[in-house]
Amino acid sequence: MGAFAPWSGITLFSGNLMSNRLFKEKMVERSLFFTALISLLALAGIVIFLFMEGMPLFAHYSLTDFFFGELWYPAEDPGVFGILPLITGSLAVTLLSSVLAIPLGVLPAIYLNEIAHSNTRRILKPFIELLAALPSVVLGFLGMVVLAPFIQSAFGADTGLNLLNAALVLTVMTVPNICSISEDALHAVPNSLREGSLALGATKWQTIVRVVVPAAVSGIGTAIMLGMSRAIGETMVVLMCAGGAGIIPDSLFTPIRPMPASIAAEMAEAPFGSDHYHALFAIGIVLFVFTFIFNIVAYRIAAKHRQVGTSSL
Amino acid sequence: MSLGKVLGVAVLGSALLAPLSPATTQAASQVVINGSTTVLPVVQKASESFMAAHPNVALSISGGGSGNGIKALIEGQCDIAMSSRLIADKEVKAAAAKKVNPVSTAIAFDAIVPVVHTTNPVKAMTSAQLRDIYAGKIKNWKEVGGKDAKIVVISRATSSGTFECWNELIMHKTRVMPAALMQASNGAVVQAVAKNPNAIGYIGLGYLDKTVHGMTVDGVQATPENAVTRKWPISRELLLYTNGQPQGNVKMFMDYMLDPTKGQKDVLAAGYVPMPVKK
Repeated sequence: MGAFAPWSGITLFSGNLMSNRLFKEKMVERSLFFTALISLLALAGIVIFLFMEGMPLFAHYSLTDFFFGELWYPAEDPGVFGILPLITGSLAVTLLSSVLAIPLGVLPAIYLNEIAHSNTRRILKPFIELLAALPSVVLGFLGMVVLAPFIQSAFGADTGLNLLNAALVLTVMTVPNICSISEDALHAVPNSLREGSLALGATKWQTIVRVVVPAAVSGIGTAIMLGMSRAIGETMVVLMCAGGAGIIPDSLFTPIRPMPASIAAEMAEAPFGSDHYHALFAIGIVLFVFTFIFNIVAYRIAAKHRQVGTSSL
Repeated sequence: MSLGKVLGVAVLGSALLAPLSPATTQAASQVVINGSTTVLPVVQKASESFMAAHPNVALSISGGGSGNGIKALIEGQCDIAMSSRLIADKEVKAAAAKKVNPVSTAIAFDAIVPVVHTTNPVKAMTSAQLRDIYAGKIKNWKEVGGKDAKIVVISRATSSGTFECWNELIMHKTRVMPAALMQASNGAVVQAVAKNPNAIGYIGLGYLDKTVHGMTVDGVQATPENAVTRKWPISRELLLYTNGQPQGNVKMFMDYMLDPTKGQKDVLAAGYVPMPVKK
């Protein structure tokens, strides 16, 4: 009832500024709450749908065969749905691209924020962010027609469409995200910390390594985890550049088929309601769980390294 | 369940609209077509000129795969199902249970051609060799008369119509090895083979261009003529399934599709082989 009190204010004294403002405030508050609720409901809806469409597979297909099976023959009758090569493919390409993208993303962020002249920063940062705006299908195409033939001839690989090729393209995709968010984190470190460090006689290098970066580590950790979560969920690039062989990678030049590539390639032709259809949704659940874990880890890092006082981000 | 809901809404919608339609100038009657993405480009192309000639018939076309199309026909959700394979026994039983009588009409031939890099000295193969390569038994080009190099095997997604056809006519249900590269489209296979001297792939005859070399199989050249006479070992018919013999608007579209001066021209334009002209 109390929430609707402003109504009476309006009807009784339409010129009552105070009630009017209160009413507006409440309205804005509620509509904002509602918009926040929409995304929450959408997420809940998607998760429920994912599980409803994915779980029926396990009514007659064992979880062990699904997770540890090494063969994927979904169109056969009965179908064979082993996703171990798909999971290892996804993990391999994500880890390899992270190994490359973390230094390539974090180091420029440190340079831009701590060392570069403010003009340099003002020019370079928008360009790095622009790289993040490139559609993944464009990068995927470049990986397919430019990078893959190069890898093929430069390393004498059987095929350029392989783990390394996909990881390199994913690196290009995730570096701008990692760099931009890390840079924001470093930027948020208060100057008083730098000044204090320098005043105590520390060199610029010591200040960066022992004061600024540790103070921003929660933000940098978040940046890395978000980058990895983008890499594991990325579809177009792995569909076009990874080769698509359903085998467990044993070298950098093995063609692989990460989980999103399987879903994208097969969903359109999988008969509605078949085991194959449910299996693709089950892969979707696995993928969701992976990105969920990455996000939780990011959250934990942020919470653990959150410093109290002015340095918190 | 969700489909049922959609259907319910559609039925409700048409029930609401029904009293209104006589008011509009002769309501367009709708023909719903669903199914194979292999057949889709042909039907899509033909439908455009068909609808221009018959403005009172609206064709609604979507591609969800041969299986989906046949399922929709059985469920009464479409009038014509496009299919790149013959209806399966399971589906015939499901149709009988719903009192649906699927009748097929062939509208074109699709021929699948194994392709290699233009510099590859191997220009001919037997279907047995092709099968052994895809099964992973033959791993090196020198085993089939080429240079000493590992064969890079390129295949299609296991649920595509092209794969199905290859699986049936070449593999004879032997499994394609897991190490085969999977590409999502004919175009991607052409790209991958054109960029790799040691690759072998297979594509629809209509996608064959100068960037790759189409091999002869069992001594037969992949040509439209050989596809129609079934001399070419890897050819299949593209089919339209209807419930019973086509009637009314559905028959009108079928006749249009098979007309050598109309629909069959679109067949050629889409890269498939037209039906032989009956004499």
